Amino acid sequence: MPPATAEAVAVRSARRATRRATNTALAARGEPALFLLGGALAFGIIMIVGFLAMVFWNGVVTFWPKPIHVATLSDGTAVAGEQMRSEPYRISGSALQALPEAVRRQINANDGYAVRTLYRTGNYDLYNDDYRWISDYETVKVGTPPGLFFLERMEWGPFIGRIKSIDLAGNIMDGAGLDEKQLATAHAAARARWQRVRQIEHTEIGHVNREIEEERLAARREMLRHGEGSPQHRRALAEVDAHAASLKGTYDRLSSEAAGIKDIDDKYRITLVDIGGREKTMKLSDLVLFYPANDLGLGGQIRVYLARWLEFLTDEPREANTEGGILPAIFGTFAMTILMVIAVAPFGVMTALYLREYAKQGRLVAIVRISVNNLAGVPSIVYGVFGLGFFAYILGGSIDQFFFPERLPNPTFGTGGILWSALTLALLTVPVVIVATEEALAAVPRSMREGSLACGASKWQTIRYIVLPRAMPGIMTGLILAMARGAGEVAPLMLVGVVKLAPELPIDGVFPFLHLERSFMHLGFHIFDVGFQSRNSEAGKPMVFVTTLLLIFLVAVMNASAIVIRNRLKRKFVGSQF
Amino acid sequence: MATVINAPAGEKTAYHVRAGGEGANFSVAGFNLWYGAKQALFDIDMEIQKGLVTALIGPSGCGKSTLLRCMNRMNDLIDGIRIGGRMTLDGSDIYAPRVDVIALRKRMGMVFQKPNPFPMSIFENVIYPLRIDGVRDRGVLEQVCERALRGAAIWDEVKDRLSESALGLSGGQQQRLCIARAIAADPEVLLMDEPCSALDPIATSKIEELIDELKGHYTIIIVTHNMQQAARVSDNTAFMYLGRLIEYGDTDGMFTNPKLVKTQEYVTGRFG
Repeated sequence: MPPATAEAVAVRSARRATRRATNTALAARGEPALFLLGGALAFGIIMIVGFLAMVFWNGVVTFWPKPIHVATLSDGTAVAGEQMRSEPYRISGSALQALPEAVRRQINANDGYAVRTLYRTGNYDLYNDDYRWISDYETVKVGTPPGLFFLERMEWGPFIGRIKSIDLAGNIMDGAGLDEKQLATAHAAARARWQRVRQIEHTEIGHVNREIEEERLAARREMLRHGEGSPQHRRALAEVDAHAASLKGTYDRLSSEAAGIKDIDDKYRITLVDIGGREKTMKLSDLVLFYPANDLGLGGQIRVYLARWLEFLTDEPREANTEGGILPAIFGTFAMTILMVIAVAPFGVMTALYLREYAKQGRLVAIVRISVNNLAGVPSIVYGVFGLGFFAYILGGSIDQFFFPERLPNPTFGTGGILWSALTLALLTVPVVIVATEEALAAVPRSMREGSLACGASKWQTIRYIVLPRAMPGIMTGLILAMARGAGEVAPLMLVGVVKLAPELPIDGVFPFLHLERSFMHLGFHIFDVGFQSRNSEAGKPMVFVTTLLLIFLVAVMNASAIVIRNRLKRKFVGSQF
Repeated sequence: MATVINAPAGEKTAYHVRAGGEGANFSVAGFNLWYGAKQALFDIDMEIQKGLVTALIGPSGCGKSTLLRCMNRMNDLIDGIRIGGRMTLDGSDIYAPRVDVIALRKRMGMVFQKPNPFPMSIFENVIYPLRIDGVRDRGVLEQVCERALRGAAIWDEVKDRLSESALGLSGGQQQRLCIARAIAADPEVLLMDEPCSALDPIATSKIEELIDELKGHYTIIIVTHNMQQAARVSDNTAFMYLGRLIEYGDTDGMFTNPKLVKTQEYVTGRFG
């Protein structure tokens, strides 16, 4: 062993010092938790941003017009459609055996995988399918030839093909070298006729029907009140008969007007031909929107894009909700949420005021408070069951008994409706409001209450003039949270009033304007319905994203406006102390 | 321990002569207070003279704020409080069972340690005591507002921005605004609970000048930590220690020639 020089000792002791440093507990050195905590935050942010980006991107591109690809297959037929996506897939053994030798060898070289592309072919009435998978090995050639049209129709989904001819009341024009302006004018006129027919059939004849129904109900009410055959009943029946003649006249006039327009409309027809040469003749007014997909410039694409958004936002749904607009759902969601806030705000604030300001803080109040907090954790479908059982059947049933007996057995309030939905959601969100309000009340400085009391104010005056204004921003925060939760809730609504397709909006021009008993459409339910309940989930998928985007947007807008109001209140009431 | 040196009632002292102002006599007799099982005030006897400034001094936790807050029954808000003994305002017992606490508090303005303007305009702050009484006449309200703000020596600073939020004022201005609010309803007694402890020296001196001006119009009772302040603004001083009133007398006498050793130790800064 060599003698330990001073140098070696120094080195050794330095090494020992380092080793001793590494021996300190891990938690005592550096910040090992930092990576964990920061990582968790980063992970959360990535998930949320990724989710929003995916919804946003898919929602935004849905309405952009795609080119129509024509694939010529090895058997000589052609398929035209929008390319949706491509994916590799494992080809089954028997299918593989049927293929020619060269293709088989190529697929085998690729571990038995081939690539296929999904084409949206449209023409459901001709093909019995909207989509078709085309494998790469069967295609000979793919191209985007000019002259192909994408035509959205009132029914049967889109048509993809060429325009063979149009028949404008005997003036037949060939599809080739068609004057687009003339076609557009004729189409606009046809759509205007269709709109008029719809207005007559829905609004005006609907009005007549409503009058007839109301008189029938009035007569029935007299019968229930005074007995069948009583003078009052007979008088009411006579009135019904007297009016019936004039109403019948109105009805006949309207229906003959509609029939006349339809007769004219029948003369304007368009003949389409698909890529395989099969023809389809239909009324021009049955076309909603059409564009030459492969001949569009950027301007044309933007026009189509905006027109589709406009239709989406302002029209009613068509084709089992997979096409058309979602105005009723937007409106229903908005109206229901506002009703819910109107119901939950006073109820929650009053409850919290009593709990915090008046109740003696003892065991009972503690139990109540815990129960309220726990209510927030009850699954929402439970509230739906309660809402249906209590609000719709018991409460609504009683209202029907007392106020609308003549309509029974048809329920008025005794079934799901926007009012019961709003109340059910109010019940669901009231714990949030109570908790937030209690916290806001507790945060009002004691000095302010004392200042007010020392001025000789009563307790209620102190609450009314000092505590509530000061707590208002906090209460608003609670309402915002409640609104966000309520607007996105679907499960309970399915039991208490949301429907797939509502014939009428809950607010319209007919007295009493706000129809609380009506069922309504909701964006959240619309997503579920379109995505998972429709004939063709592939067709519904883009609509799912657009509707999701819109729901998120609607919730964000409602929250943002509430936050703006809250911040204004905060500036006004809280401010800085020094 | 109850060696209390009171100015005997009825006997003319220099201070009676000097004051002779408005306000109300306030008297405390055999007053005890318990927070739950813990006794906080012991047998307080005290005659507070009309129109004068009475300072309550003593170390932290000696019960001076508690005593002050008993005077307008602010302690009613605290759970588990019991009291014994009497407090009378101009001869009527304020703890009698039938007393209307709200009416009682309207006879006494109160100013707190931390300025506590309400989250509303300056004007609304000052007229709050009238507003809660349901006074709607704009002319009356404006007149009261101006009188109170002039009384609190803040009129010139805020007269052009009465409709702005009171929270935008500085700390000293806020405190004078609170004094204006306290005198707006024309009380007889003004209770001040360490009104300057959250303020800077300049704001403090302004408040002290104000107290001097208010003297004679109200019976002022001020709790203070600051012995110089007590010496400057008050006519009478009460020294409290551990919940008891140790010595009570005219301020000059208390500070120059205290009768008890404890008082002397405190006023000379030996403890507290």
